[in-house]
Formats: sequence, C-alpha cells, structure tokens
Amino acid sequence: MKKIYGSAREALDGVLFDGMLIAAGGFGLCGIPELLIDGIVAAGTKDLTVASNNAGVDDFGLGKLLATRQIKKMMSSYVGENAEFMRQYLSGELELEFNPQGTLAERMRAGGAGIPGFYTKTGVGTVIAEGKEVKNFDGQDYILERGIFADLSIVKAWKADATGNAVFRKTARNFNPPAAMCGRICIMEVEEIVPTGSLDPDMIHLPGIYVHRLIQGTHEKRIEQRTVRQRETA
Amino acid sequence: MPWDRNQMAARAAKELRDGMYVNLGIGIPTLVSNYIPEGITVTLQSENGMLGMGPFPYEGEEDADLINAGKQTITELPHTAYFDSATSFGMIRGGKIAMAILGAMEVSETGDLANWMIPGKLVKGMGGAMDLVAGVGRVVVVMDHANKHGESKVLKSCTLPLTGTGVVDLIITNMGVLEVVPGGLKLLELADGVTEAELRAATEATLV
Repeated sequence: MKKIYGSAREALDGVLFDGMLIAAGGFGLCGIPELLIDGIVAAGTKDLTVASNNAGVDDFGLGKLLATRQIKKMMSSYVGENAEFMRQYLSGELELEFNPQGTLAERMRAGGAGIPGFYTKTGVGTVIAEGKEVKNFDGQDYILERGIFADLSIVKAWKADATGNAVFRKTARNFNPPAAMCGRICIMEVEEIVPTGSLDPDMIHLPGIYVHRLIQGTHEKRIEQRTVRQRETA
Repeated sequence: MPWDRNQMAARAAKELRDGMYVNLGIGIPTLVSNYIPEGITVTLQSENGMLGMGPFPYEGEEDADLINAGKQTITELPHTAYFDSATSFGMIRGGKIAMAILGAMEVSETGDLANWMIPGKLVKGMGGAMDLVAGVGRVVVVMDHANKHGESKVLKSCTLPLTGTGVVDLIITNMGVLEVVPGGLKLLELADGVTEAELRAATEATLV
C-alpha cells in the first residue's frame, strides 16, 4: 500500500470538502504542518472547522487560511498572536470555541482512541463548564468533555519511514500525535522520509497505523519569539 | 519599599523543595528560575511537552523546534524529556506536577483565581492555565497587590471570569505573602518596609 505522495496537493486530493472538521498539530508556530496548510489554501476548501491549539500568525501557519476566509470556526486554547483572527472574531465572521489546552489535547487523544467523552476537573466552576454535564466522583466535581473525531488530521513530524512510523524532534512533537490519532484520515508531512528499517522500532513516537498519507518537503520553521542569553566574557 | 518583580520571584522560589517538578507561568513566575535556592534540584515543566527546561540559548544556537509555553526559544538539559501535549496534560491532570507558580488578575479569599479574560477586552484564551490550577498539587500566585487604578486584586470574590475555584494555596504580592485558609487569608509575611496597616488597607479580602 502506497502512503508516500509527491506533494501536499496530491496528498490532499480527494479528502477535502467544504464544512469539514480538520485537526491540526503544532504549538504556536512550532511543529505546524506548513505544507499541508498551504495545500488547503491552494485547494480553496471553505467553511472549515479547525481544531488547533493556536491559529498561527497573520502571514504564516493557520493565519493563511484565516486570510483567505476559509475557516468558519476555530477550536483553540490561545489565539493571541493574530490580528486578522481578532478582527474576524470581533466582527462576528469567525466562530471561536475556547478549549483549555489539556482538554483540547485529551479530546483529540480520546477521539483517536474511540472514547466519545471523558470527565475532567479542568474548567469546573468556570464558563467552560456551562452547558456541560457535571458528575461527582468521590466528592469531587468533574465535567464531561467530548472526544474529537476529525474528518482529516494534518500533522508534521521530523522523520518517517514509508509505512508512516514517525519520529518528532524536541518540542515540535506537541499536539501532533493526538491530532494525528483523531482523524478519519491523517496526512503527515516530514522533513525526511527515511528507508523502512532505519528507524529503531523502540524509538517510534507515532506508529504508522495512524498515518495514511505522507509527504516530504522543506520547512521554513519560523521562530515566533527569538530569545537568547549573552555569552559570559572571560 | 514594596517588593519589585525580582524580589517577588525570589520569595516565590523559597516555596520550592528539592526534587519538585514545577510549572512556571509567563511573566514574573518565569523569573523564579533565576532564584532556585542553592543545593536543591527542581525540574521545570513546559506544558507544550518538555520536562527539564534549560535557559535561553546563546545567539546563533536558537532552535525552532525547541520552545517553551511562551513560544520563546530555550535549551535542553542532560535530564530533559520530551512528550506530546496529551501526555503533558496527563501529568498535570494526574497530579504529578508538585507546584505551579502563576500570575493573576484577581484572587479571592476562598482561593478562586481569575487570570485569563477581561470581558469587553481582547480575549486571547486560557491556554493551559485552567488545566494547571485544576491538576497540580499546590498553586502559588505571584502578582501586584493592586491594579494600575490602585484597586485591590486580593478580593472577597473575583469579579472577572474564573480560571478555577478554590485552587490557590499561596499569594505572593509586592506587599507580602498570604495563605488561603478556612475563613479567609492569613498574613504570613510583609514585604520590606510595608506595614500590616498598609497591607490591610490595600486588601479587600477578609484577613484572619
């Protein structure tokens, strides 16, 4: 079975439709599926709901899909870095569902594991709990959160073999594994496709069972907040 | 003279104990890492998927794949471990993180915390704050005692949308240190040069 495709456009062919729910990996601009986002911009798919911790910046990442008005709704925990996002949200053009960050990650993981809902302490007694079932376990209140079952997952890894066994690098792993798990179809972009057998089976971060289509490409990997320390001078 | 940002961070660092896994919020809490007492080892968690967070990199050594929860470039340490966001918040929700040191807009005398949203103003989101306060063992808040209009941020009950209810254990402000106890807040310490009368006058919450 062939998983490797030649480009984002080819990999996205036949899986996109207007109004779909897409789960995207990444934290800030770190570990985001830049090539697949560009591919969806080019495809012009509309009325998207996107589950992603953040919404990119104005000219990079998911910000590109906001600029083209392809996103109808975001499910995110933090969206502070994007002026166009705020403009669309405040004018009512864009829907926003805030999720606590851990709840969002667990909703993706749960969806991928076939779990339709779970109870969590996070958000009890806050606006996040409004309209949600509250259940008491052993004297403590918990709220019911739903698993996310996405139509498509778009994720980015460092390396993968031809079967989709994937390895991430440093904190670029973040939401990519849970996002990959919760999609009916998962497309992964990597910096390098390596020969099958060259990755240590004990060191696979995401088994290829979760990955249906795979592309390799060059990534800009933009840094959002460049912070450095001075070298001590002797 | 009330405490400045660095003195507040230094005071918060005294809450750290050897072997703790700790999550530091953005702002003054980040400065706490500069004041970890001699002879104790704490491991800093960054909720985007890292234990064992190191200092900022030297210029030219920044790595786009290595950032903290504030999206700043950082470095790793010999004992660093990386993991995904679901695992990261699993350890937070599961109570494995001993302490979180966080900033705040308002705290109430029952330990309610508001630190993510001002209605009518730009709302950026709660990020991981709600998960942290619900899950970690001990929540320490570091903030100014009053807002920029001179109004107390240490209240009988919070006016802003909450991050969590009954979650705060200790409040460190520029005026002193308050512990959340049954019935209100207990004054543990005054900042240098601050009198108890001054702190009481600046506090709306019940002091017991």
